[in-house]
Amino acid sequence: MKKLPILLTALGLAACSGFALAEADATRGAASAAVCMACHQADGSGMNIPGGESWPRLAGLDAAYISKQLHDYKSGKRSSASMMPFVNMLDDQKIADVAAYYAGLPATKGKGSESANEATLKRGQQLAERGDWSRYVVSCKSCHGPDNQGAGAVFPGIAGQHAGYIKTQLQAWRAGTRKNDTQDLMGSIARRMSDDDINAVAAWLASQSASAN
Amino acid sequence: MIRTFSYVALSGTLLFSATAAATDDTTQQYINTLTELGYPAPKANELVHIPPTMEDLENASLHPELKRVIRRGYDLFTNTQQLRGENVFNNMNCSSCHMGEGRMPFSAPVWPAAVTLPNYRGKNDHVNNLEERIAGCFTYSMNGKPPEYGSDNMLALSAYHQWLAKGVAMYPEKPIYGRGFPAPDRPAKLSYARGEAAFEENCSVCHGNDGEGLRVGNHTVFPAIWGDMSNNWGAGIVRVFTAAGFIKNNMPLGQPNSLSDQEAWDIAYYMSNQERPQDPRYTGDVKDTLEKTQERFHKHSMYGQARETDGHVLGDHNNTGEKPFLKPDSVRPRTFE
Repeated sequence: MKKLPILLTALGLAACSGFALAEADATRGAASAAVCMACHQADGSGMNIPGGESWPRLAGLDAAYISKQLHDYKSGKRSSASMMPFVNMLDDQKIADVAAYYAGLPATKGKGSESANEATLKRGQQLAERGDWSRYVVSCKSCHGPDNQGAGAVFPGIAGQHAGYIKTQLQAWRAGTRKNDTQDLMGSIARRMSDDDINAVAAWLASQSASAN
Repeated sequence: MIRTFSYVALSGTLLFSATAAATDDTTQQYINTLTELGYPAPKANELVHIPPTMEDLENASLHPELKRVIRRGYDLFTNTQQLRGENVFNNMNCSSCHMGEGRMPFSAPVWPAAVTLPNYRGKNDHVNNLEERIAGCFTYSMNGKPPEYGSDNMLALSAYHQWLAKGVAMYPEKPIYGRGFPAPDRPAKLSYARGEAAFEENCSVCHGNDGEGLRVGNHTVFPAIWGDMSNNWGAGIVRVFTAAGFIKNNMPLGQPNSLSDQEAWDIAYYMSNQERPQDPRYTGDVKDTLEKTQERFHKHSMYGQARETDGHVLGDHNNTGEKPFLKPDSVRPRTFE
């Protein structure tokens, strides 16, 4: 049952441990998010670090998506040495609150596309909007939604995300070191992408607006 | 670059020409990609055509105005929702079923229609041209009203189909590789319960637990696969074998041929047991409609049959979904007299 993990994380794993979660509260989330700000910044903009471990923008991402990722870090379904000490400070209520807090912040701009040339951006746009069916790489937007700004709780907005983060995530999906997706939906596509494809789509998405307005 | 030729020519005389050798490599690579994805290799006598892409269009020596119209056709094909309320009354795009922008083999690539029509079509028992074939999709799969024959939108869609067929001879005699949604062999027994479980396991993350799909604003991300926002009872994909072929060859997205034949058929059977808008050929009575359409069509679907789980007779209703009428004017016999 693939729908269960999503429901469980969205509604709170607390149900399993016998506690009822209070409704997510962004104000409480702001206080709990103090531990996140060193990397993800007070405005949730994260940071693009060329050649290093970029910290994703969280501002404006879907709350259920953020919540699922935090739960996945805690359970080990998604691994990150940097995130581990911090997620362990968050209980289920705090995860829900922090997710609501970041989801409510206005999206900031993606970085890391500044030095990309025209050909790279063109290839990136093709992959993002039309895909490359000659290698069965479906377009990003076929799951991540119109303009890649996200679709529902499962498929996050990736437009306006930092290029460095998108690149390392696609590499992780491809290598199998990240596999907390449903049905291997992302992994199966990433494994057909070349390094050039990954760089191109990361640069293009970073150059795009995270929100429709 | 247009790469069309019969697969049998690969090992033949064409190899002696340098250009043909390059084409040969491209085609072999294309076939390798498909076989690695689990599709069968072309049979010796099959026609293999790699439809041109939109990038190829930019480089083609066509009149700029024609390129503009083909781009318009592409845009309508991939975002058919822009015709919502006028020609489309559900959540479907052409590209919801015809994957890869209508170019993918085993996903009912649309270019064969441009080179095999006009032809006799069993579904409506007369000779159809390309426009009437496209009109059929609007009538049934889009639960809608086709753009007028000869209208800008119809011409643009036709032009896109014909562009994809560039270089293929009219009325090819060889069978076309990857045409339609080829179904795997039907297993001995289909199961609603197994289909339901497999649907929840493999499909519901995108298509929802009630087959409703997912919309963002006015855009369809994942199409509804039953219910009011899906195709009506007259669409080709309500036939269980067509749905099984679609699923096996194309789903889950990005993982063709990953489901077993049994799973693909069980999911198709489960889908085909759900309700959807009425068949535009409805006469006012489901039994009568079934009788009139059974031989040509509904013997392959669950229409008019009692669902095994609750006895509900499928299609026994007047619901036309969001569409405020039953049958568009384009559904009419032709006699050529």
